[in-house]
Amino acid sequence: MAKTPDSSALAATMYDRGAASGSEVKQEDAGGGPRPEPSIEVRVTAERIDAGTVASRLAGSGAVGALVTFTGYCRDEGGRLKALELEHYPGMAEKQIGKIANEAASRWPILGCAAIHRHGLIAPGEEIVLVACTSAHRQAAFEAASFLMDFMKTSAPFWKREHLVDGTTGGWVEARDTDDAAANRWHRL
Amino acid sequence: MKLAYFAWVRERIGLAEEEVALPEGVETVGDLLGWLKGRGEGYGAALEAPEIIRVAIDHEHVDHSEPLAGAKEVAIFPPMTGG
Repeated sequence: MAKTPDSSALAATMYDRGAASGSEVKQEDAGGGPRPEPSIEVRVTAERIDAGTVASRLAGSGAVGALVTFTGYCRDEGGRLKALELEHYPGMAEKQIGKIANEAASRWPILGCAAIHRHGLIAPGEEIVLVACTSAHRQAAFEAASFLMDFMKTSAPFWKREHLVDGTTGGWVEARDTDDAAANRWHRL
Repeated sequence: MKLAYFAWVRERIGLAEEEVALPEGVETVGDLLGWLKGRGEGYGAALEAPEIIRVAIDHEHVDHSEPLAGAKEVAIFPPMTGG
């Protein structure tokens, strides 16, 4: 069973959902001084996600040397798929993504991150999920973003169902062992 | 206790949520799944392979060995497929 990383100590950490998050990362940190509390934006929404807006908000500070964004899109599966329906568990979805983001912030020296997941009907070509991380140097942002995505797939309570172009509702998408394996590689001994 | 169901677990049971009073002897998540499985055809279909079923108590993932004592909301769902 894929388990959420143990971040109970961080569960009470407040995370910033607001648009002002970029203002928190102004402190100069390239020399190894105390790192400011990373700004963390967690959102579960039916609306489209504008990756450019999120990225510029995160990266708009002199402390940031690296920005990594990942956007997951809905495929048309060779023309077969009309839409994906994303069901979620309201309340738990936001809480789990927040825990994953806080765990990422505790493992890597990131300056900020955003983890945004859509629900509802999503057409091919539209984005499903966005993860963005900033750091002073690239490695932390790359790894934290990868970690966040792996756990967004395996421990955030979302389920995909296919709606087909012939008007029928297809099946629920099955969980992939490769996704569990991807998440498990982050487990500490 | 409130039970919430998602995705194909919800569809097979035919309910999104319900209130239940636990019978005596149902103490862990595993006990709950075993008891629910015998409540009818839909429950049986939803829980035919309980080992793959994921459970959260009050919005936290738990193992099947977790005690139910104190739980307000128990959610039962298939492996997650977001992202």
